[in-house]
Amino acid sequence: MAKYLLLKHYRGGPAGLNDVPMDRWTPEEISAHVQYMRDFAARLEESGEFIEGQALAPEGEWVRYDGEGRPPVTDGPFAETKDLIAGWMVIDVDSYQRAVELAGELSAAPGAGGKPIHEWLELRPFLTEPPTITE
Amino acid sequence: MDLALLRSLTPSVLAVLVRRGADFAAAEDAVQDALVEAVRVWPADPPRDPKGWLITVAWRRFLDTARADAARRRREDVVDAEPTPGPTTAVDDTLQLYFLCAHPSLTPSSAVALTLRAVGGLTTRQIARAYLVPEATMAQRISRAKRTVSTVRFDQPGDVTTVLRVLYLVFNEGYTGDVDLAAEAIRLTRQLAAAIDHPEVAGLLALMLLHHARRASRTAPDGSLVPLAEQDRGRWDTTAIAEGVDILQTALARDRLGEFQAQAAIAALHADAPTAEETDWVQIVEWYDELARLTDSPVVRLNRAVAVGTADGARAGLAALAGLDDSLPRYSAVAAYLHERDGDRARAARLYAEAARKAANLAERDHLTRQAARLNDHRRR
Repeated sequence: MAKYLLLKHYRGGPAGLNDVPMDRWTPEEISAHVQYMRDFAARLEESGEFIEGQALAPEGEWVRYDGEGRPPVTDGPFAETKDLIAGWMVIDVDSYQRAVELAGELSAAPGAGGKPIHEWLELRPFLTEPPTITE
Repeated sequence: MDLALLRSLTPSVLAVLVRRGADFAAAEDAVQDALVEAVRVWPADPPRDPKGWLITVAWRRFLDTARADAARRRREDVVDAEPTPGPTTAVDDTLQLYFLCAHPSLTPSSAVALTLRAVGGLTTRQIARAYLVPEATMAQRISRAKRTVSTVRFDQPGDVTTVLRVLYLVFNEGYTGDVDLAAEAIRLTRQLAAAIDHPEVAGLLALMLLHHARRASRTAPDGSLVPLAEQDRGRWDTTAIAEGVDILQTALARDRLGEFQAQAAIAALHADAPTAEETDWVQIVEWYDELARLTDSPVVRLNRAVAVGTADGARAGLAALAGLDDSLPRYSAVAAYLHERDGDRARAARLYAEAARKAANLAERDHLTRQAARLNDHRRR
């Protein structure tokens, strides 16, 4: 009954324990990683906790309004941007504890040497609808 | 066609199938199919006996599915037995269904989903939309819930307090979509109150009616929250208030107080005041004392501090707040309110801003940010 975002970063978070860049993995290790992510999503759907998951391209641009009648300004990408989001998964769970448990499971996805990456995932609660009864 | 009537027949039809020996999960699917069929067929060809019609169609659907399953498993000996009517009444059966759908082995979200489908007669899609969850996920949640309770005997006595908790969740934590979950919670609680004579069921029904009565005045046209003291009381639903108060008084007269009755009593005192200034805060504090005694909940003590601050002055409220953990949800908002009443606008502004950062919902966050901005704006002038 509470939705959480599991946010995966290309960079910006603390380094995982098994922090080898993906292009240094073996092809089999990459396949195993991708399969783990798929299985994880499938398990969540089966348990009735899955909302959605998306991956993002590593590079994008910055865009802003530039005044009436003018096209928006674009800028970047900036190589120095510290926080780079790689993708997310949205879950709907009964408790914060369950959200932490699932984030831990996702962080155990295998990487180099077939060992868990121990990647840091950012866990963010959604703002909800206001409850009806407040006083 | 009267969809409310159709859906109100759901639990008794389902119970008949289960009494005839259908297992709960298959019976529940069959009843859903029958409901869908009714929506299709009834407008052009309304049945004289809607319940009988639903039972016939659902039972046929159940047999068809069971036969197909049996054929697949090459076992055809279990399904052709003639239906035997059960010994108990429809009212008891409805109650049993509530117990089953709120069984303690279910997680709260599963119990909510199963109750809305099997007792409420909502479709999986409607429930999924109401909770902003994909339909496939909600379908899984419901079928898992059915598997979880598949070994529970239908006639096992249940605990009404677990049912009340589920209905409270449906009422209090709903989104505002196509399905009006608050109204649905009231309908289901009303139906429960007809099936069991229990002061806390009445207490919850009264609580829901009293809060629902204020719904129209709780948000401004732009969606922002309107605090109780600023609500247009002319827009409160006096019929719902009268019904809520009436139900509550009958329940309280039985002298078996519980937390829902106490909460409803507080809501009734608010509903009773023609203006915010005329609110009987002294009595409200007394009810909070009762509630704190019944639940020992820190959230109750937090709300009590607001009541004390309004009844006996901000200093008294702050004193009531003193013993509480400042990490409680809405603690900063309460502290901000009390400090403003105490005349410390700078501190109140800081606390409102902090409360906004900690708010769990968007409307409340915006409201608290506006409070901080209002106080800061005053200080700038």
